[in-house]
Amino acid sequence: MTRSYYESIARARIAGLLDADSFHEWLSAADRVTSPHLAILEQPAAFDDGVIIGQGSIAGKQIFIAAQEGGFMGGAVGEVHGAKIVGVLERAVRDHPAAVLLLLETGGVRLQEANAGLIAVSEVMRAILSARAAGVPVIVAIGGQYGCFGGMGIASRCATTIIMSEEGRLGLSGPEVIETVRGVEEYDSRDRALVWRTVGGKHRYLLGECDVIVPDSMAAFQHAVTASINNGDDWSLEALEREHQLLSDRVKRFGECKDGRDIWRKMGWPDPDAIAMMDNDEFLAAAQGRRAKQTVKVP
Amino acid sequence: MTMENLKYRFDGGKPTQGVTSVVGVLGSGNLEVMVEPAALGGACEIEVSTAANGFGTIWQAVMKDFFARHRAGDIKISVNDAGATPAIVSLRLDQAIETYKGKHK
Repeated sequence: MTRSYYESIARARIAGLLDADSFHEWLSAADRVTSPHLAILEQPAAFDDGVIIGQGSIAGKQIFIAAQEGGFMGGAVGEVHGAKIVGVLERAVRDHPAAVLLLLETGGVRLQEANAGLIAVSEVMRAILSARAAGVPVIVAIGGQYGCFGGMGIASRCATTIIMSEEGRLGLSGPEVIETVRGVEEYDSRDRALVWRTVGGKHRYLLGECDVIVPDSMAAFQHAVTASINNGDDWSLEALEREHQLLSDRVKRFGECKDGRDIWRKMGWPDPDAIAMMDNDEFLAAAQGRRAKQTVKVP
Repeated sequence: MTMENLKYRFDGGKPTQGVTSVVGVLGSGNLEVMVEPAALGGACEIEVSTAANGFGTIWQAVMKDFFARHRAGDIKISVNDAGATPAIVSLRLDQAIETYKGKHK
């Protein structure tokens, strides 16, 4: 089956990735654990506050999962939404599942919930690191319409592994935010090619922020998640120092670049404009030896 | 932005077995619908929370039409709406009741 991950809602992603009938939802819709803030603002609140959490199995391995629904307020993190994700990760510290899978699709903090949302995102970051410290790999998948931005962009980079499709986007400030703050001359958020050259899946893969890039299909995401669980987590001091070294090298090498194209040229791509048109297999073959970071995997 | 809460009750439906189900997403022009079993003596209760104020009579007509088509009783339907059109609401309600019944084995 080649069902699109991008086009699916969060509940369909859970059903599509996990083993059939293995998902058990925590704080289900019927429990109505909804946002206390939205009602005060006279806005309807979703039954699940835009994130579905629970446990299930993938390729027979017991995992915990949280899936953000981008269609509800752009997947934004409110107080309850954030607490649900934190709860999943803290439970993982206690129960040691094979992994925690975070299907992220979010613009970041839900502005209607202001400080409560900001605190929630920082708690998610801490909880991701706690789970990893307890030996539970945290795997992030990004491949939805709204991308993964704001504080959750930072949170995703605290995870063990990031899996993206070309369609996925990962960043801190989203394109519209950059344009609003810096002006359209600096960044035109409606220039889709520019947006994908700076925050899209292929660029994130080449920079090494995304570890695995897959075509937009449920089967491809499922396969990548399973492989990532088996790869485990390198949480050693050496791995962290290596990462720091890569980041400082990156600033030195690419600090002056204005566009993804400039970076790709410096990486040795003879024709950077051809990258956008490559399918996933062509791209992976061509990217051999032309990434800022070659993925180091634990044996 | 104001929000409106609407309640409807239709009596005389067929008791309908199923498993609590949610369909749809509370996104712009869309809605989410939850169907739950409820011992209501054959009645169907519907609660709507909508971002679009002042459309009570249209909701009434759409819900009446839904009940006339399905005659589903002993269920509670909860709707969170972000400005879906009546046609979308009808389709979601059909999807919701089919999902609710389909999961029941």
